[in-house]
Amino acid sequence: MSRPPSAFFRGAREMSPALSLLLLLPFLVVLFIAFLLPVGVLLHESLFVPAATLEHYARVFDEPVYLRVLWRTIRIAALVTAICLVLGYPLAVAMARARGVALLLLAACVMLPLWTSVLVRTYAWTVLMRRNGLINDLLIGLGFTDAPVRLLYTEGAVVVAMAHVLLPFMVLPLWTALRAIPTDYARAAAILGARPLRSFVEVTLPLSLPGVASGSLMVFLLALGFFVTPALVGGPQQMMIATLISQQVRELLNWPFAGALVGCLLLLTLVLVAFFNRAMRLDRFVASS
Amino acid sequence: MTGHRVVDVYAWLVCVFLMVPTIIIIPMSVGPDRFLQFPPRGFTLEWYGAYFSDRDWIAATLFSLKAGVIAAILATVIGTMVALSLVRGRPPGRRAIETLVVGPIVVPHIALAVALFLVFDRLGLTGTLVGFAAAHTVLALPFAVFSVLAALRRFDPALEMAARSCGASRWRAFLNVTLPQILPGIASAALFAFIISFDEAVVSFFISDIDGKTLPRKMFEDIDYDLSPVLAAVATLLTALSVVVLLAAHWIGRRGAARGAV
Repeated sequence: MSRPPSAFFRGAREMSPALSLLLLLPFLVVLFIAFLLPVGVLLHESLFVPAATLEHYARVFDEPVYLRVLWRTIRIAALVTAICLVLGYPLAVAMARARGVALLLLAACVMLPLWTSVLVRTYAWTVLMRRNGLINDLLIGLGFTDAPVRLLYTEGAVVVAMAHVLLPFMVLPLWTALRAIPTDYARAAAILGARPLRSFVEVTLPLSLPGVASGSLMVFLLALGFFVTPALVGGPQQMMIATLISQQVRELLNWPFAGALVGCLLLLTLVLVAFFNRAMRLDRFVASS
Repeated sequence: MTGHRVVDVYAWLVCVFLMVPTIIIIPMSVGPDRFLQFPPRGFTLEWYGAYFSDRDWIAATLFSLKAGVIAAILATVIGTMVALSLVRGRPPGRRAIETLVVGPIVVPHIALAVALFLVFDRLGLTGTLVGFAAAHTVLALPFAVFSVLAALRRFDPALEMAARSCGASRWRAFLNVTLPQILPGIASAALFAFIISFDEAVVSFFISDIDGKTLPRKMFEDIDYDLSPVLAAVATLLTALSVVVLLAAHWIGRRGAARGAV
C-alpha cells in the first residue's frame, strides 16, 4: 500500500481528455449562465452605454461623495481586518494547543457562528445596540452614562458587528497554519535556551505568517464587498461601496454607474488576489498536487 | 506557563464575544414583552406561534427550503463531476478550470447579486425558483468541489484499478468501489450546499420579488422596518438549524475518518 502507484497504474486510471471535458460540461454551462454572463453584461453596461465611454468610471473618481465612500470602505475593511487579527490570533494559538473537550468547545465557538446566517448575527447586534438595548442597559447600570448612548447607525457599530461576523474567516486559516508547526520546534528552541516569548517571536510567528496573510486577505476581501451588516447596522453616514451600488440599482436605476462601481470593486479584488496568490499560492486548495 | 494561561483566558473571552450575541437572542425570544427584554420577564411561546401561523413567514420558509434542496442536489452532482474530472481526468485548460472553481468565492457577492438582478429582471427570472436555484448553485459549487476533492484524494485509486482488472467497467468500478468510499465527502458537500443556499442573504435580497422571496430576504425587510419579537423566534430556529447541520457534518466527518482508517 505504501508503494506509490506505478506509471502503469497512473496512466491506466486516467480518463481521456474528452471524458474529462464531458464531466465538466454542466459546471461550465451553469457558471456561464449564472456567473460569467451576468457579470459580463453588467460590465458591458458600464463601458458601452450609451456609447463606448469611460465617463461612468471617471465619475467614481471625480465626485468627492463617491471618493469618500470608496475611501471609507477601504478604511473600515482595514480596521475590521486588524481587529479580527488581534482577536483571532491568540484564539488560533489556543486552538492549536488545545486537546479533547477544550478543542471541541473552542472549535464549536468558531464553527457555529460561521454556519449561522449573517442575518441572524446582524439582527442580534441591532437588538443589543439599540437605544434601550442590552449594551445601553449595561452602560447605565455600570454608571458609565446616565442616558442611553446612540450606538446603532454609527461607524463603531458597523466595525464591531462586521468584525464579529468575519472573525471565523480569520481564525480558521490561522489555526491551519499554527497546527501544522511541529511542537518539536518550540521544544528545540527551549532546549537552546530561548524563553517562551522569544521562541514565539522567532519560531512560531514567522512560520504562521502564511496563515496571517490568507486570513487577512479573506477578511479584507469579504469586508470590502460586505452588504448586509453595513446596510442594517450602519446609517447613510456610514455608506460603504456595496450599499452605494444597491442604492444606484434599486433607487436610481443607474445601471451604467452601478456597473462602474462593481468594475472598480472587482478590479481591486482581482489585483489583491493576484498579488497574494503569487506570494503564497492560495489556489493550492484546488490545484492538483 | 503563565503566558499560556493568559492566551487561554483571552481565547475564551474571544469565544464569549463570538457566541454571546447570537445566544442571548434565545432567552429573549420567549419573553412576553412586545419589546425584547433581557432577562425575559416571564415565558411565552407566543412569538413562535405567531411565526408558524403567519402566511408570509411560512411561504418564505418553504421557498427557501425548496431553493436549498434544489441547489444542494445540483451543486453536489455537478461538484462531484468536477472533482472527478480534476483528480482522475486530463481536462484541457486545467488551470483555467481551477480558477473558475474559486471564482464565486473571490468575486464579492454584491457584484454577482447586482449582475444577476440585471439579467434576471430582463429574463423575468426574479422571484422564481429557477433563478434562485441557478444563483445558489453557483455560490455553493466551490464548497461542494472542495469537499469531494478532499474525499477523492484520501481514497486509494489502486482499489478502483483492482476492480477494473477484475473486469468491472469504469462506470461499475466507480459505482461499486469509489462512490461508497467518497460518500461522506459527497454528503457533507450536500449539507453545506443546502445551508449556504438557505442562509444566503445578498443575492436573495436582489433577485427576490413580492411573490417569491426567501427567508433571509423576509428577515432583512423585517429588521429594517419592524423589529417584532417574531424575528427573535425565527433567529433562534435558524441557530438551532445551524447546530443540527454542524453536528451532522461532524458525525459524517468522523464516519469518513473511520472508513479511511480501515
